[in-house]
Amino acid sequence: MSIRLGGIIAGLAITLVLVLWSLVPGVYNFAFGPPAEKPASYAFYEHGEGPEGGYSFDGAMGKWDVGQLQRGYQVYKEVCSACHSLKFVAFRNLQQLGYTEAEVDAEANSWTVPGIDPNTGEATTLPGKPVDFFPSPYPNAIAAAAANNNAIPPDLSLMTKARHDGSAYVYDLLVGYGEADPEKAAKLGFETPPGLYFNKHFPNVNIAMPPPLVLDGQVTYADGTEATIPQMSADVAAFLTWTAEPSLIERKQTGWFVIGFLLFATMLAFLSYKQIWAGMKPKKN
Amino acid sequence: MSFAWAKQYEPKSAFTKWIDEKLPFPRLVYNAVGAGYPVPRNLNYMWNFGVLAGFCLMIQIITGVVLAMHYAANATVAFGTVEHIMRNVNYGWMLRYAHANGASFFFIVIYLHIFRGFFYSSYKAPREMIWLLGVVIFLLMMATAFMGYVLPWGQMSFWGAQVITGLFGAIPLVGEPLQIWLLGGFAPDNAALNRFFSLHFLLPFVIAGVVILHIWALHIPGSSNPTGVEVKSESDTVPFHPYYTSKDGFGLGVFLILFTAMVFFLPNALGHPDNYIEANPLSTPALIVPEWYFYPFYAILRAFTGDLTIPFTGIVLIPAKLLGVIGMFGSILVWFILPWLDKSPVRSGHYRPLFRKFFWFGLVPTMAALFYLGGTHAEEPYIMLSQFFTAYYFLHFLVILPIISQIEVPKPLPFSITEGVLGKAATTEAPRAGTVDGGDAGTLPDGSLQPAE
Repeated sequence: MSIRLGGIIAGLAITLVLVLWSLVPGVYNFAFGPPAEKPASYAFYEHGEGPEGGYSFDGAMGKWDVGQLQRGYQVYKEVCSACHSLKFVAFRNLQQLGYTEAEVDAEANSWTVPGIDPNTGEATTLPGKPVDFFPSPYPNAIAAAAANNNAIPPDLSLMTKARHDGSAYVYDLLVGYGEADPEKAAKLGFETPPGLYFNKHFPNVNIAMPPPLVLDGQVTYADGTEATIPQMSADVAAFLTWTAEPSLIERKQTGWFVIGFLLFATMLAFLSYKQIWAGMKPKKN
Repeated sequence: MSFAWAKQYEPKSAFTKWIDEKLPFPRLVYNAVGAGYPVPRNLNYMWNFGVLAGFCLMIQIITGVVLAMHYAANATVAFGTVEHIMRNVNYGWMLRYAHANGASFFFIVIYLHIFRGFFYSSYKAPREMIWLLGVVIFLLMMATAFMGYVLPWGQMSFWGAQVITGLFGAIPLVGEPLQIWLLGGFAPDNAALNRFFSLHFLLPFVIAGVVILHIWALHIPGSSNPTGVEVKSESDTVPFHPYYTSKDGFGLGVFLILFTAMVFFLPNALGHPDNYIEANPLSTPALIVPEWYFYPFYAILRAFTGDLTIPFTGIVLIPAKLLGVIGMFGSILVWFILPWLDKSPVRSGHYRPLFRKFFWFGLVPTMAALFYLGGTHAEEPYIMLSQFFTAYYFLHFLVILPIISQIEVPKPLPFSITEGVLGKAATTEAPRAGTVDGGDAGTLPDGSLQPAE
């Protein structure tokens, strides 16, 4: 009895505190207080949907489009890598994109990575080997910040997993540059500060990254695909999906096998359950 | 313990006889989860989740031990070693996704297990100790899960650690030094990461130990059942093996299908993208939230926004932050006194009309709302809704349940489990499970309930 009485008193006390000291002022402010201020950027942000038709790796049956990954790698190499590192990806991983061992060797060789001079022991740069990881364009974070108006270009290895619906996000961001509607901007007193760029798909619409893809044909694709801005954006987004999760397709394929096995095993388990309980069914009266 | 009609273990071969004399471990297993444990025959699927929870613990320990072989608890490399596991370790991605989603599924299973306990009043005498140990397991799980989430050292790991250890800072007088002592510094860093890893490795084995006590305590009165009427005779029970091992086997299959569907097709759906950004003490994420399974308690924590003051004097008795901490911990600690708050002699919600109304239209929507609200931005109207539902949460346990148990007129209960299953006429000649001779010779365990006739 005493615990119950104590409980009732404690319950009423907690409720009283919540209602009198938190809920009542909250409701009052919500009803009569000034409306919550939303930053003007809300008026300009548009949610993107990713490239038209989606990606080849979407869905439970998705597959890599190796040609697209190779094109995306080319965009990364020729455009993004000027500022963005890819520190969790090694050159040897490129074999998964359909390159032969010799091609990977040559590709690694075309990059310069930091190393130690074998004769003097001095820090130097060497041509890359397949075991090396993609080098950072800057020696350190301070250099990266100094070169980019204090905004450090993030590493791209995990970018598509570090944002909601990241594969679509990267595409949207790359095609989202433009001008704010001047009429609306004037009305709301909105302007893009110097050093930032308007991008309708970036959460606060002013982004520090200058538009990286500005011209159709900025990259000349080896396979002859026309390099429009949406095409390059989709290709590099696909490539970055691969860098974020090289095991994506293997994972889904393993999943079908595992679930197939489990369906079979569960069916057997169900049948044995029914058989064992068969004698225990209630008799019909 | 056991009912008098429980089957006895009989070693057959010379080897098992030898083992049985020296260390009767097979006998222990036989009596615990084998044919030697008589279980009510009318258990529904809600009784599958205890076994599933044990299975989840095993998944977590096995995948966790392997992950620990490749992980390094050092703030400079932790994030990289997790990526190393994802990219270079054989099937490392599978291990890590199974471990991360395994935590979520462990909590899903545990929440359903607790839900079963609430609806069928599994906490009532003579099973209070099982319930209390269960709450201890739940608290240990929360601590383990929280520390595990810090280990990848992503943004949400770091800021989650900052917020949760910050709760200790709300304790009067000793709060701040206590927080610094717990973290080994002014903010989460290498010292904190290292001790979290150590504890994250230790606690699952502590949980396993308490699970053994939980099952031990269960075997003293035996399992409860959906009618809430105690076992009265042999016809009320079936041996755990093969009856419930087969049923649990089927349940396990269904569970594994759902679990692997998440692991292989939506492994990041329950996580937060920010945790794929390496921890950065200089950049605060827009929204700091714990993992989804902490949302109800996080909502309660954030519901207390006003200091408790003496009106018109401005003297603060309890600051809002401390109120929130008390509320959050109190919301779980209240489960410890639940067996003494709800004293209705009827266990099952099926026979409690008033309790059932407040359960389905009060507690269940409240929990659903708190689950939702814990993941939202701290802005109106979410704060008000959190406050409303937090108030109901405490009212439900501390006020409504004790009053219901006083005034409710329960529905008539079946005389026995067998009658509940087979109807009245069949009670006398119910089919028996197993082939034990001697029938109902033993003393009947006390039913404690008066049959309503």
